[in-house]
Amino acid sequence: MSEEFFIQGNEACAKGAITAGCRFFAGYPITPSTEVAETLARDLPKVGGSFVQMEDEIGSAGAIIGGSWGGAKSMTATSGPGISLMQENIGYAFMTETPIVIVDVQRGSPSTAQPTMAAQGDMMQARWGSHGDYEPIALSPSSVQEFFDFTIRAFNLSEEYRVPVFVMADEVIGHMREKIVVSDDIEIVARKRPESSDNYLPFENIENGTTPMPAFGDGFNIHVTGLTHDERGYPDTNDPETHDKLIQRICDKILNNKDKICSVQSKNCEDADVVIVSYGAPVRSVVEAVNKTDKKVGYIKIDTPWPFPDEQIKQLCKNASDVLVVEMNLGQMYYEVERVLKDSNVHLLGKIGGLLPTPDEILDEIDKIGGN
Amino acid sequence: MKTEIRIGGFGGQGVILAGIILGKSACLFDGKEAVQTQSYGPEARGGASKCEVVIGDSQIDYPKVQSPDIFVAMSNEALTKYIVDLKDNGTLIVDPGTTDVSDVQDFIDEHNIKVFEAPATKTANDDIGLKIVANIVMVGAITKITEVISKEAAIKAIEASVPKGTEEKNIKAFEAGYNLI
Repeated sequence: MSEEFFIQGNEACAKGAITAGCRFFAGYPITPSTEVAETLARDLPKVGGSFVQMEDEIGSAGAIIGGSWGGAKSMTATSGPGISLMQENIGYAFMTETPIVIVDVQRGSPSTAQPTMAAQGDMMQARWGSHGDYEPIALSPSSVQEFFDFTIRAFNLSEEYRVPVFVMADEVIGHMREKIVVSDDIEIVARKRPESSDNYLPFENIENGTTPMPAFGDGFNIHVTGLTHDERGYPDTNDPETHDKLIQRICDKILNNKDKICSVQSKNCEDADVVIVSYGAPVRSVVEAVNKTDKKVGYIKIDTPWPFPDEQIKQLCKNASDVLVVEMNLGQMYYEVERVLKDSNVHLLGKIGGLLPTPDEILDEIDKIGGN
Repeated sequence: MKTEIRIGGFGGQGVILAGIILGKSACLFDGKEAVQTQSYGPEARGGASKCEVVIGDSQIDYPKVQSPDIFVAMSNEALTKYIVDLKDNGTLIVDPGTTDVSDVQDFIDEHNIKVFEAPATKTANDDIGLKIVANIVMVGAITKITEVISKEAAIKAIEASVPKGTEEKNIKAFEAGYNLI
């Protein structure tokens, strides 16, 4: 059985969150993400969940970390200015291996720039926004259906790996309305909880993996800190080996599972002269451009910008003479593609100002590159 | 086959809800595909407001309207600002109470535009006694003139979209708009 809705991306995100089991939202409303908060303020209490409008964004990030350690799947939603303000606590969540979902509906930036216009300027902030070494997961939806699906996947991945997961949407996808189909058979990952406190280590050094996580109040004596900690969670800040082991594991649990996490979609790449790489809303323009042209052009749609799908990009671009990255910034994921395809001609169509690149603008760029 | 529709007016007139109803009718009740997008200023009311809907038989990739087949103007500012994008032989629907078609007569002549006048605001006021249903009156007129959605689908979509308890007034507004032409 399934149900159909004609709703906004932001509403689909909220619906996805509730479907995934989110029962706590703390946030500070900001255009163009506000409808996520608005919908959850109305709908969370109906399923026994809680909504808190916080005093600011850093408080919002702190509250969802607390919500998660309290046992509830927790989320916030914001835009670029809010993501900037959350970074300190986002780093804390990576260090404490706290599963949270952070939705960023990107708008014109930097600073407060263009509240009602679309952009993809926060991609590197999702990757490197907080200080130190860590490996985030980020998903970029290109349709209202994907905003629903990817929000659910974000919760599943965050629980699976005990890691903050970003849903990097944009104003176009957040505000546009489309049909979504909601099946009643959706896979939801439940949090792994420890069965007994005997020999339980909340930060156990398990290769490529994570330990089950208790909730405050379950009766486990544990310590949660942003300081470098041992497997029990106790600060151990001067032993180089403790730090090295901890941070390596926090990174490796993502990097060594990339084949399970990374996802791309592609078309016509095998015999394409030019392969277009994009993610989020611009994918819509790319698909139309590729369907419109007689030239040998294929495309790759990146579902998971982080961790970056190196292997898939390499494989799909191996026959192309040129690669064109289309994104709504002046070059962010472009440099990742360039890093992976060292020997190829990688071009950038970076559009800022708030409007989607049009299919014709993309085809003009293909002409310039000289695709046949 | 794709039909691009743009509705322009000022904030508070409900042009976005009008677009949502068109999209919902097509998607959920006519078995088609539709995407609705919008742009608006930071003001809640009074600023320019624009709503766009693309309706098609198959998946819609690029979601924005590039050159509308149908342009509905509910304010003179929207009429004069957006008329230039309208396709040759396109359809223009205006509310004569809030627009002055003579301002764009040259464009209409040059591009062979089919013009329809639907006095939505006056009909809403006089027939329904509620100025705020002018957008729904306009949906009725759009449905009749363009046949881009079916009447049955429109009625179901209105029932599913308007606040509970106001369905009857809104259906009445739709019928009044449908019968204007």
